[in-house]
Amino acid sequence: MKYLSEFRDSALTKPLVAELQRFPARPIRIMEICGTHTMAIFHHGLRSILPEGLQLISGPGCPVCVTAAGHIDAFVDIAQQDKVRVAIFGDLMRVPGSNGSLSQAAAHGAQVEMVYSPMDALELAEKHPGELIVFLSVGFETTTPGVAATILEANRRETSNFAVYSTHKVIPPPLELLLADPDLELNGLLCPGHVSTIIGAQAYQTVADKYQLPCVVAGFEPADILRALIMLLRQIHEERYEVENGYNRAVTWQGNQRACALVDKVFIPEDSPWRGMGILPGSGLAIRETYSQFDASKRLDITMQDIAEPKGCLCGEILCGKFAPPDCPLFAKACTPANPIGPCMVSSEGTCAAYFRYGEK
Amino acid sequence: MSEQYILLDHGSGGLASQQLISELFLKYLTSPLLASLEDSAVFTVSGNCLAMSTDSYVVDPLFFPGGDIGMLAVHGTINDLAMRGARPLYLSLAFILEEGLAINDLERVLQSIAKCSNEAGVPIVTGDTKVVPRGKADKIFINTSGIGLVPDERSISVSQARKGDKILLSGSMGDHGITIMTRRAGLSLEGELRSDTMALHGLVDHLCTTFPGAIHTLRDPTRGGVASTLCEIAEQAKAAITLDEESLPISASVRAGCEILGLDPLYLANEGKMLVICSPNQANDIVNAMQHHPQGHEAAIIGEIIDGPAGRVTLHTGLGGERLVTPLHGQPLPRIC
Ligand code: SF4
Repeated sequence: MKYLSEFRDSALTKPLVAELQRFPARPIRIMEICGTHTMAIFHHGLRSILPEGLQLISGPGCPVCVTAAGHIDAFVDIAQQDKVRVAIFGDLMRVPGSNGSLSQAAAHGAQVEMVYSPMDALELAEKHPGELIVFLSVGFETTTPGVAATILEANRRETSNFAVYSTHKVIPPPLELLLADPDLELNGLLCPGHVSTIIGAQAYQTVADKYQLPCVVAGFEPADILRALIMLLRQIHEERYEVENGYNRAVTWQGNQRACALVDKVFIPEDSPWRGMGILPGSGLAIRETYSQFDASKRLDITMQDIAEPKGCLCGEILCGKFAPPDCPLFAKACTPANPIGPCMVSSEGTCAAYFRYGEK
Repeated sequence: MSEQYILLDHGSGGLASQQLISELFLKYLTSPLLASLEDSAVFTVSGNCLAMSTDSYVVDPLFFPGGDIGMLAVHGTINDLAMRGARPLYLSLAFILEEGLAINDLERVLQSIAKCSNEAGVPIVTGDTKVVPRGKADKIFINTSGIGLVPDERSISVSQARKGDKILLSGSMGDHGITIMTRRAGLSLEGELRSDTMALHGLVDHLCTTFPGAIHTLRDPTRGGVASTLCEIAEQAKAAITLDEESLPISASVRAGCEILGLDPLYLANEGKMLVICSPNQANDIVNAMQHHPQGHEAAIIGEIIDGPAGRVTLHTGLGGERLVTPLHGQPLPRIC
């Protein structure tokens, strides 16, 4: 882990900041797709040192935020079932659904356990043989291989009391949808580091060509982000539009084929609902028939309802880059992290949470 | 209260806990001594200035690298007293035990309590034990209360913090919080993570005697971490605080653990560290004295109280940017103390 301090070292970042600030002022709009980037950018105070005219817009890459309201309600439904214990990543705990959050369900006796990996959920199944353990699974390309591996492991162990409720999604379909919107007027894409370790930098070639858009894959340390922004600005000023990899130490052009094969073995693409974007064809991942004994949607007979988003909440629009959190009349008034109305205020990768927490009111 | 039921958030030490206290507890419990919400209450009895404090401990697991629930229970209450400049005198000790608990575990905890109380020179003078049926509590819950004597002319409280004061931290941050969290996540990290649990009354007494009048405020940043504690101080001092990211003492293994679990060390609990708010002209001497004391050898000046909106805490980041630091708002945290 020694590399952490290396990429944060101010001796390394100061020259990059200076280089970034040397670009001539002009209006430029760059979208950071990924919620982890949004948080890192705020966390390191990067927005306060950007060159004049450069605007960073947060995109749809927060898995909890894009989870449709209907899925959140389904999570709470599952948690309230008899002899069911749900396992979740901590971020989901407080996301409000139309019948409250998992945290509120837990206060009424629902068994909700926070885990750090899907394998922990499988271990819970061993620990509680009298219950069905359901892993409420949310996430993009980065998380799916681990879930696929866990399902295969459950299959190998013949664990009968373990299931996954999959709301997994893939990142290219919403990107296509967003970029097709001429109002967004983007000049460049800061592409997610983690997701790209799986799908490879090549995944952005189509959008780079089709929308003549500079794309740079970036890591999450300050030096990584600074370097990627410099690469983007160079492309923009030189009127190039290429896919460049600014995260060579983790991301390859092709991605991780083994992980992709693992996902493909367990999951099959399906149409999936996105908050603010509707149902996007082929954007979700369902568990294949072969592994249906681990598919909670089949075992528990859960039907996803089409639930309206919380009244007044602009999460959907914010995820599409159309608004920034301060444009929402509820922001920092009725909606705060202590009393969240939409998921973007709850998730540790949510744009509203970032604005609130790091002070752009 | 906007919530109808108690959620785990209410115990986080962050905004939800504050809301619960101010909107419910203080509605019915109206003593001005309580209302100041200090680490302990300070009052005068027959001409003697006394401090009194209480705290409960529910940490899971009971035993962890660097300590156990018993150590926390002794150190925590001693530190709460010390944060008002008091010399701790006596502690009480109350157990709530779950049916089926191994006597062995209880004995280990007791041995540790006895050792800590001896080392600190603060005896346990009264106690209580209750047992509840299996499942109605988790193994061992402990409450300790304590009283201490505040030496004459010592007036240490949050209300003493003023603009221009320097902010010092007595050592590296986040060690306790990350040790418990990585344990619970089943992670074993290279580079020893250990809880920092430690009694601080020796260091406090040393500083208060060596620098009379220069120490204005002391706080131990337990749940909610340095960030939440400083937000509270800024709020109560009706001033702003600025911090310098590069001067924050954080060990490499805490950083690594935080990276893996996606946590910010500013929000992690500490059990053997204190924030010292002091006169600017003596700050260098004080930090020096701390560094030469066994309980403060990694002490650092991390920021200062400045003119600005009440409660506003900002951080100057390593790359020359600036951002706001806000109190912990209800991240669902495991039981850490
Ligand atoms: S501030 Fe709250 S209500 Fe407004 S968009 Fe964000 S999450 Fe939704």
